[in-house]
Amino acid sequence: MADAQPMVPPLMIPQEREGSRPFVQVMHDWIVTVDHKRLGIMYFSYGILALVVGGIEASIMRAQLAVANNNLVSPEVFNRLFTMHGTTMIFFAAMPIVFGIANYLTPLMIGARDMAFPRLNAWGFWMTALGGILLYFSFVGGFGLYGAGSAPDVGWFAYAPLTSPAFSVGHSTDYWIIGLLISGFGSIATGLNIMTTVLCMRGPGMKLSRMPMLVWLNSVMAFLVLVAIGPLTAAQLMLLIDRYLGGHFFDTQAGGSAVIWMHFFWIFGHPEVYILVLPAFGILSEVIPVFSRKPIFGYNIMVAATIAIGFISLSVWAHHMFTVGMTSYANAFFVASTAAIAVPTGIKIFNWIGTMWGGKITFTTAMLFSVAAVAQMLIAGLTGIMLASAPFDWQLGNSYFVIAHFHYVILGVIVFGVFSAAYYWYPKVTGRMMSETLGKWHFWLFLIGFHVTFDFMHIPGILGMPRRIYTYEASRGWETWNLIVSIGVIFQALAVLIWVFNVIRSSYKGKIAGSDPWDAWTLEWSTTSPPPDYNYAELPVVRSRRPLWDLKHPEDPDWKYE
Amino acid sequence: MRSRNCERHNSKLRSLAKRALRALFFVSIVGWSAAAFAFGPSSTPSVFSPDSTPAHDIYHLSLFVLAICLAIFLVVFSLIVYATIKYRKKATDDDSEPPQIYGSNQVELAWTVIPILIVVVLFLAAARVIHAVEDAQFPPNTIEVTATGHQFWWEFQYPAYGFTTANELHVPVSDRSHPTPTHIVLLSADTDHSFWVPQLAGKIDLIPNRRNEMWVDPHDLGHYVGQCAQYCGTQHAKMLLNVFVDTPEDFQKWVQQQKAPAVASDQVAAGRKVFETNACMNCHTIAGTISRGRFGPDLTHLMSRTTIASGAAPNTQDNLTLWVKDPDAIKPGCLMPAMQLDTQDVNALVAYLMSLN
Repeated sequence: MADAQPMVPPLMIPQEREGSRPFVQVMHDWIVTVDHKRLGIMYFSYGILALVVGGIEASIMRAQLAVANNNLVSPEVFNRLFTMHGTTMIFFAAMPIVFGIANYLTPLMIGARDMAFPRLNAWGFWMTALGGILLYFSFVGGFGLYGAGSAPDVGWFAYAPLTSPAFSVGHSTDYWIIGLLISGFGSIATGLNIMTTVLCMRGPGMKLSRMPMLVWLNSVMAFLVLVAIGPLTAAQLMLLIDRYLGGHFFDTQAGGSAVIWMHFFWIFGHPEVYILVLPAFGILSEVIPVFSRKPIFGYNIMVAATIAIGFISLSVWAHHMFTVGMTSYANAFFVASTAAIAVPTGIKIFNWIGTMWGGKITFTTAMLFSVAAVAQMLIAGLTGIMLASAPFDWQLGNSYFVIAHFHYVILGVIVFGVFSAAYYWYPKVTGRMMSETLGKWHFWLFLIGFHVTFDFMHIPGILGMPRRIYTYEASRGWETWNLIVSIGVIFQALAVLIWVFNVIRSSYKGKIAGSDPWDAWTLEWSTTSPPPDYNYAELPVVRSRRPLWDLKHPEDPDWKYE
Repeated sequence: MRSRNCERHNSKLRSLAKRALRALFFVSIVGWSAAAFAFGPSSTPSVFSPDSTPAHDIYHLSLFVLAICLAIFLVVFSLIVYATIKYRKKATDDDSEPPQIYGSNQVELAWTVIPILIVVVLFLAAARVIHAVEDAQFPPNTIEVTATGHQFWWEFQYPAYGFTTANELHVPVSDRSHPTPTHIVLLSADTDHSFWVPQLAGKIDLIPNRRNEMWVDPHDLGHYVGQCAQYCGTQHAKMLLNVFVDTPEDFQKWVQQQKAPAVASDQVAAGRKVFETNACMNCHTIAGTISRGRFGPDLTHLMSRTTIASGAAPNTQDNLTLWVKDPDAIKPGCLMPAMQLDTQDVNALVAYLMSLN
């Protein structure tokens, strides 16, 4: 690894060490900050905190399901756990984490000094934070003044009419509605900000066609945020009107429609999957080339495939509704659109393989996570193909097979991608390297835990086990599989603990990274680690997709070929 | 030298492909021959042991989809493994960069067109089964059932015979040459539910203010299990489904028994009085008496059922007693209240219930 000097010299302003200043002042700086890097770190840390909380909820559920007829938690508690687990992981873990990564890296990667709207950025983060706090306040305030508090128990997609006042008394569902409504505003703000930044803030020479893949994927993600969060917000408002102002949108007893809620929710819900997975694809598209020592294979096609995924993902939502009794024509349409999305996704997998092909691959922890994510995306995509076949979905929909499938996407691709990003960009954020030894332990333990849990989780689904049941009979033949699935959780929890320890330890004891520890090619590696407040003293001039390659190889620069 | 290597490489690849094809062929032969005979009812409701036409159609489609997915997996996964092993940086490598390849339009075209063709095939295969299951025509001897989902139990009405029962569905066995399908209309009284007996058919939701339908034609006698597959509230987990497939004669016998009103017996008059002077009668129907409630399961022929509380417990005297005393002990969070009866009343009531054959 070449420990190269910064390509662009920083301004000579002495940076104060934070440790030398009073704690209150440091806290104050973080709270009032509008700096995209600090907000990125805050988004990311908030997401990791939620990830741990959601992980604990999942662990309790797995303990309950490890054996048949278990009484560890009551059905009420179990129902709250899966509702909170799903809501937390999607809205307060995954989204803040991908927003954090986009926030930190987008301006650095396109040669800008900050996001387009720094204050809107801060506002977005604090709205998201407030949404999560409101959701968790329901544990205390969910039943108002009488009785103990209670979290919502309507499931993370909260199908009507279970959310109507007749079936959901107290305020737990209201906390769910308002928490998501408010964090949704924050998400829209951030989506708008990323979009505008990419369109208006690119540095000199940074054409759209020269942007790093991660920036491309984040812009399509931002576009999807703008399109998809709206329907969710509208549905939440309608539900509030139903609950408090006598509306009948979803009130089936007064002629409302339960199915229209499903449509609203999944018009949001399916693009949401791509909102989360596209940034992960972006991370893979940055990490794999650098550690294969080759440019991304088929840049233009990769960008085209991303845009295709963005558009097609808006037309597939009702594959979540194959069992609600749509006509055969509607079902057939959604089979076609859902299967079609496999084509651009497949192109991506092939291009990642094409990038590695003929390279010189170094398996750093970041690369290990990325390669595992590619293989797991292949499997997740194939189980997705099975579920896209509507009749197969009539059997497997709402079973543990579906749970295994989407956890393969969310853990196997998104979380693996996020860990990859964490190892890859940690030196840039902190100025120090993470321990590779601990990193390898983290990777292998997490890989084993992931596969023990989620490979075997497909099987009870095939054997007829529906999701969201707090217990099951021993006679059903699901016991062994559930026990294996639960055992995998231990490995995953251990791995995450090692990672958290590594993150904290390396920030004190890690090797000094220098500005470009991976000998990489995108702009963020041209400034110091950590970057100064203003990112670049002089905005770098870009002539190709790999500006640092051009600098390091003046005899064979990329711009000659593009 | 180079070309010979290439050749050897190619022949190796070819033999590998041949072996993969043979394995695939073998897997599908086993699958198809397994599909040729019926599986019979099982306490593990696997989607891969179908015993009714809709489940069979789905099963055949799923084998086809699985075979394609397996083939794709083998090819692409091998590519990933090959690339990561072959192209890892070796200790002997110098620090020079490998050749910088930016892409290839021919290759991109290939891995765009081939997946498109696969998608078209998968779509056509799925569309065929969707049509066969959803747009099926029914013979005149079809049995009609209306299933209504409740929190957290099932109501089954047989409109042609004019009776209602709960939680345990009886249907006649269907001969392959002269099918007697059962057509089920799916309604809901409260929240969403889903009717899923994996060996008989895929699941279809029961949604309030909406009429869905499905059908089954079981080919084997016996007891099929399933359960509610759409989260419907606290006791979603214990909203179990039991389907009994009878011979046509047994089914007719069962129908005649269910059609008859409850037989009043003087020996259990005390229990009947408890039932009719407490809130029991507000929720439960016992045909032939003044109890006409519709919120809870019809109890006219309670003892003809093998389980209580929608499959949560076997239908025994002890369980009935416990259920009447404290429903939450069997099914915490269910909607039946504990009536706070004294032991004498409970015993009388259970005696009455146990007379409802």
